[in-house]
Amino acid sequence: MKVLIPTPLRQYAGKKDSVEVPGTTVGEALKNLTISHPDLKKHLYNEEGKLRAFVNLYLNDEDIRYMEKENTPVGQSDTLSIVPSIAGGKDDRVI
Amino acid sequence: MATLTETKPAVALSNDEVLRYSRHLIMPEVGMEGQLKLKAARVLCVGAGGLGSPLALYLAAAGVGTLGVVDFDVVDFTNLQRQIIHTTADVGRKKLDSAADKLRAINPNVNIVRFDTKLSSANALELFRDFDMVVDGTDNFPTRYLVNDACVLTGIPNVYGSIFRFEGQMSIFATKEGPCYRCLYPEPPPPGLVPSCAEGGVLGILPGLVGVMQATEAIKLILGAGEPLIGRLLLVDALAMRFRELKLRKNPDCPACGTHPTLKKLIDYNEFCGIRGEEKPVETQMPSITVEELKQLRDAGNEPFLLDVREPHEYQICNLGGYLIPLNDLPKRVNELDPSREMIVHCKMGGRSAKAVDFLRQSGFTKVKNLTGGINAWADKVDPKVPKY
Repeated sequence: MKVLIPTPLRQYAGKKDSVEVPGTTVGEALKNLTISHPDLKKHLYNEEGKLRAFVNLYLNDEDIRYMEKENTPVGQSDTLSIVPSIAGGKDDRVI
Repeated sequence: MATLTETKPAVALSNDEVLRYSRHLIMPEVGMEGQLKLKAARVLCVGAGGLGSPLALYLAAAGVGTLGVVDFDVVDFTNLQRQIIHTTADVGRKKLDSAADKLRAINPNVNIVRFDTKLSSANALELFRDFDMVVDGTDNFPTRYLVNDACVLTGIPNVYGSIFRFEGQMSIFATKEGPCYRCLYPEPPPPGLVPSCAEGGVLGILPGLVGVMQATEAIKLILGAGEPLIGRLLLVDALAMRFRELKLRKNPDCPACGTHPTLKKLIDYNEFCGIRGEEKPVETQMPSITVEELKQLRDAGNEPFLLDVREPHEYQICNLGGYLIPLNDLPKRVNELDPSREMIVHCKMGGRSAKAVDFLRQSGFTKVKNLTGGINAWADKVDPKVPKY
């Protein structure tokens, strides 16, 4: 399936805006994503291995929190979007 | 549909106003009724920066009767690439003064209400109570959560927009029936996640694109027209020019607007930044060197090896002739460096280079120092011909 990488995380995914990964559930797809791009791991998961609260995942246009979360089944043609919170402006200054 | 039915319509339009708003008046979706709603509406713009500039200009032009603006900042040269309400002549002026001048010039019928203050838990509720809606043009997480929570607590909609580089997010939060920002992101990123400076910047037109869409949604809420962006998160990637829409739901467990809200008063979060990577705290006993000391070494012909850990596009803006390895590439390119040599590491302002020094010392480099203040300090104190960015 296709995982869309948001701008702030592209630097941890080889600058790519999308990555094709295998998997039958959201959790599996994400696991495979962090295997092929290990730098992404700490940005998606906290120390306890749980998804970070400021990173949301959408299967197509639906929030996985309202589906079966990481157990949500996925198909080949599905798109998983990683949608982190962004603040804009001030944080974007290069310091 | 969310409308601002509590807004009392203004009595009438003057003949001048009829002429000014004629292209609204001849359109049934606005008409006289809609234009009077706009005139009666009270909209608070939080921030007169990238998002606030275009949206306030359009709201004033459209005839929103009362336009509040909150800002405490001063116009600087780096703002002008995107904050189009301010001009070159405004550099050094308060953004509030500059913005109020332009808004009055565009439409003298608008009542501009100025709030020369930083939005905080102490003033937000009081400030918001006099308005029908808030348009969020802020630039940081603490203020975003403050705006959201104050909107939920005062019961007024939050027309939300946010930008990063060339990507934007928009929605309407905190309507009675719709989700709020905390339904989407219950908590801000922890303060431990500080920005890596290497990935800043914003495409100048992006806040224009997003801000104008926020203004569109604000006008639609006032008019009660069309389909408001409630329960939908609109994502725009300006580089791909691709728009996507995601479904947002009101979270029954939301700490702010859920069925059993736990958030009863406003929180002042500390300044922190977004999702950029977990950084170790910089060691306090960092071996360092000042730009003046580096200049002396240079003049004496004794300059140690200079490592620049900025990004290649920053190197193109200005450089000190250092060897370039971006901070993120350092672990895999460390073998290009000689641990036995004296080395000075620099970046733009000293943050990234401190991390690089920390990393190099852990990797067995013992003669490595951080250039305090980076190339910006060099531009300030040694060579004014080097541009600051």
